[in-house]
Amino acid sequence: MNAKNNSAIKELAAGARDTLPMMIGAAPFGVIFGTLVTASPLTLWHGQLMSLVVFAGSAQFIAVGMIAGHASFVVIWATTFVVNLRHVLYSATLAPYVAHLPARWRWALAGLLTDEVFAVAYTHYQKRAPGETGPHYFLGSGLAMYLNWQAWTLIGLFFGAAFPGLKSLGLDFAMVATFIAIIVPQLVAVRFIAAALASGVLSFAWQGWPYKLGLLAAVLVGVGVGMALTLIEGRPRGRNAKERTQ
Amino acid sequence: MNYVILIFGMALVTYGIRAAVFVLGERLTFAPIVRTALGFVPVTVLTAIIVPMTVAPHGNGAELTWRNPQLVAAAVAIVVCAATRRALLTIAVSLAVFFVWQLVVLR
Repeated sequence: MNAKNNSAIKELAAGARDTLPMMIGAAPFGVIFGTLVTASPLTLWHGQLMSLVVFAGSAQFIAVGMIAGHASFVVIWATTFVVNLRHVLYSATLAPYVAHLPARWRWALAGLLTDEVFAVAYTHYQKRAPGETGPHYFLGSGLAMYLNWQAWTLIGLFFGAAFPGLKSLGLDFAMVATFIAIIVPQLVAVRFIAAALASGVLSFAWQGWPYKLGLLAAVLVGVGVGMALTLIEGRPRGRNAKERTQ
Repeated sequence: MNYVILIFGMALVTYGIRAAVFVLGERLTFAPIVRTALGFVPVTVLTAIIVPMTVAPHGNGAELTWRNPQLVAAAVAIVVCAATRRALLTIAVSLAVFFVWQLVVLR
């Protein structure tokens, strides 16, 4: 039993250690998020509450922007849904490695599954057979990322409260720059570029729609353009090829 | 109080998405076409959010001019990111351009 506990702690620590680069990378985003909150209609504790219970960087950024733009709650929830849909791909990829765990473990790990934790946990699991590894490495990575996000959010909240003039400098450009850094590496084929262009142009054109619905409509059309181009390209190559021919 | 409802709603939506596959397990499978569609979600959502902020930063029509610091710095960010693929460098350089443009060039 003692040996088992020891190895669990070791795994936990290893997961946290391997997440360190991601934690450093997330730090500026946490600070920017906290700062944006201070310039929005939200109070400081709302910002920390959001980090505590939502724990999804890009969705949090977007929500703060939409709150400032007086979007309705339902549209913000719908946008949260769309923005976070990518997590379905992550959990589907990791599912074979957690399927053997008791339900309470699966619920807990799901709550900690962010882009960064997925990247770290998947790299770890890939080297092992499904069902062979315990949950502690994943948990360690997730907890490290979670605590890190809370700390940087808090720092951002204090920072923004101490320097209220930041918003007039156009600090929300930091969010634009962040998103560009996420988008550009994903533009690996014409269909992604076309999908992004369609959604960007239409989102601009449809800005006047009530409750920011134009944004959701633009995303739908953008995804449609990407799908159409994928189908036109005919026989799909690469990752999805095997699934399709079955 | 109202914002607390908003925040918990967001939490519920996010947690539901993250937990669905882990908890339902084998019962939830995705058709290849759904996976393909999901693959386009991140780029389209993020682009839809930033284009209006960049092109029309004041919300009154397009400002397609070099005097729009958002637009200039966003263009720099795209170039830096395409050339280096380094997120933090992209953010640092474009933020620097953004502030220099506002405080020096447009003075």
